[in-house]
Amino acid sequence: MNPVSPFLELDQTPRVEVVFDGTPLSLPAGANLAAALLAAGIGEFRRTPVSGAPRAPFCMMGACFDCLVEIDGVVRQACMLDVREGLSISKPKGGSHATP
Amino acid sequence: MQRHDLVIIGAGPAGMAAAATAAELGLSVTLLDEQSRPGGQIYRDVDRVAALRGDILGADYIHGRSLTAGLHHGAITHLEGATVWAIEDGFRISYTKDGRGAQIGAERVLLATGALERPMPVPGWTLPGVMTAGAGQILLKQSGLVARQAVLVGAGPLLYLIAAQMVRAGTPPLAMVETQTRSDLFRALRHLDGALRGWRYLAKGLAMLAEIKRAGVARYTGATGLRIEGTDKAEALRFTHRGRTHRIACTTVFLHHGVVPNTQAARSLGVTHRWDTRQACFNPVLDGWGQSDVPGIFMAGDGTGIGGAKAAEIAGRLAALKLAEALGHISAAERDRRAAPLHSAKARERAARPFLDLAYPPCAEAMAPEDATTICRCEEVTAGDIRRYAALGCLGPNQTKAFGRAGMGPCQGRYCGLTVTALLAEANGQTPDETGYYRIRPPLKPVTLGELAAMDHGSQDAAE
Repeated sequence: MNPVSPFLELDQTPRVEVVFDGTPLSLPAGANLAAALLAAGIGEFRRTPVSGAPRAPFCMMGACFDCLVEIDGVVRQACMLDVREGLSISKPKGGSHATP
Repeated sequence: MQRHDLVIIGAGPAGMAAAATAAELGLSVTLLDEQSRPGGQIYRDVDRVAALRGDILGADYIHGRSLTAGLHHGAITHLEGATVWAIEDGFRISYTKDGRGAQIGAERVLLATGALERPMPVPGWTLPGVMTAGAGQILLKQSGLVARQAVLVGAGPLLYLIAAQMVRAGTPPLAMVETQTRSDLFRALRHLDGALRGWRYLAKGLAMLAEIKRAGVARYTGATGLRIEGTDKAEALRFTHRGRTHRIACTTVFLHHGVVPNTQAARSLGVTHRWDTRQACFNPVLDGWGQSDVPGIFMAGDGTGIGGAKAAEIAGRLAALKLAEALGHISAAERDRRAAPLHSAKARERAARPFLDLAYPPCAEAMAPEDATTICRCEEVTAGDIRRYAALGCLGPNQTKAFGRAGMGPCQGRYCGLTVTALLAEANGQTPDETGYYRIRPPLKPVTLGELAAMDHGSQDAAE
């Protein structure tokens, strides 16, 4: 069950199962990953390495790097990826001066 | 390494139109774009989405299909999902696609890299739930997402477009909090003749405003003291309107006060940029065909100065004509004959621009943020930090990197560069041209060692 979302979804798309930070989510197959996570009610994608402040997508076009997530050990922009069955997504680990 | 007559970076209106025109005139063209489907941001995913919600997005969006259709030509190779990270040595283009690095060669390069939202550093703009208005549009276009409780903040016609589209989707924004004033409008009126020549834009703007008003969306103009409240996410927008403080609870804030050229690729090649006072941004120096001062590098579209999608399309075609002539496919006379109607269409498209630029100037408090406001989102550097560096003798943006890492995070200065230039120019009593901008170097986008290691063999030799 996805948490409450601040977004209304206009499209009905078949869902696939992914995991975000240990929580199972149903996301639309093939959708933009950042958009799908927002629609699923994920409000925080990562914490900044400098102050530990929460961040989520800002530009949705690959320019701001605020939607960074970790998949298979690589930190990538969620807004430049598509939803695939079985994705295991987590907030990027390490690099936080604020939470050693 | 494969060599092509022309490599185009960016499959938005300028890049698509240039590709179609160049291919038609006999050039072999490779078009690279980061997205998996053509359209750029303005026509994002138009081939799939026009049928789904063309009624919400409007005729101007659907027009993009005429451009994507032009890409079905035997001489055009469209590399989708290709992230360009270096353009070097007359010319070798390095990119990543499907997790592998690759390289192609080109006689000429056309940069059609489009625009970015002008950074709008106001207190709270880094909180989750705060996005650019462009992001709001991308969410609606590509993903069919409409924010349930959104406030639109800033200045410019894009705010009216997104508000009208939200109204049509049945989920109007809670309010529009606009920063332009009545005196901005009066100042703009001296360009009314241009606006009347570009009357279609005015008519569209007025129609959208009527649509927003009919839906009962509250509008506040001349708003000041913008502040987004919340601890771990956006919870409300606070602002002052006609001497009274307002607070609107919301879950989403869409910020916009204009778009500016995305200059990263051009700057990495050393193309000269100059400050444009009216548009308050750096634009590349180009001739009438989009030819830069770096031999072989052409540019078209909003990346050359903001003119909108139609102007971008025309500029793409003009650049393609010049390229076809330069590479010997058509004569100069033929080039000029084909270009004549495009030059006049371009002038018509640009006619309304001076009026719009003055009627919707950038938000003053975001152009000179208060000390505590974060201006470099990646490294969390504040406006006060930059002013302090200036007091210690920091003259240019490149020095701010040494003082406190501004511009050194993953976005490579895309969302702080103009603010840093403005703050230093103000503090040091210099012009933006004297102050300058970050030096941009490849890789333009992050590339992993794995992607480099997976680079295909043909291009590996060239890389060594």
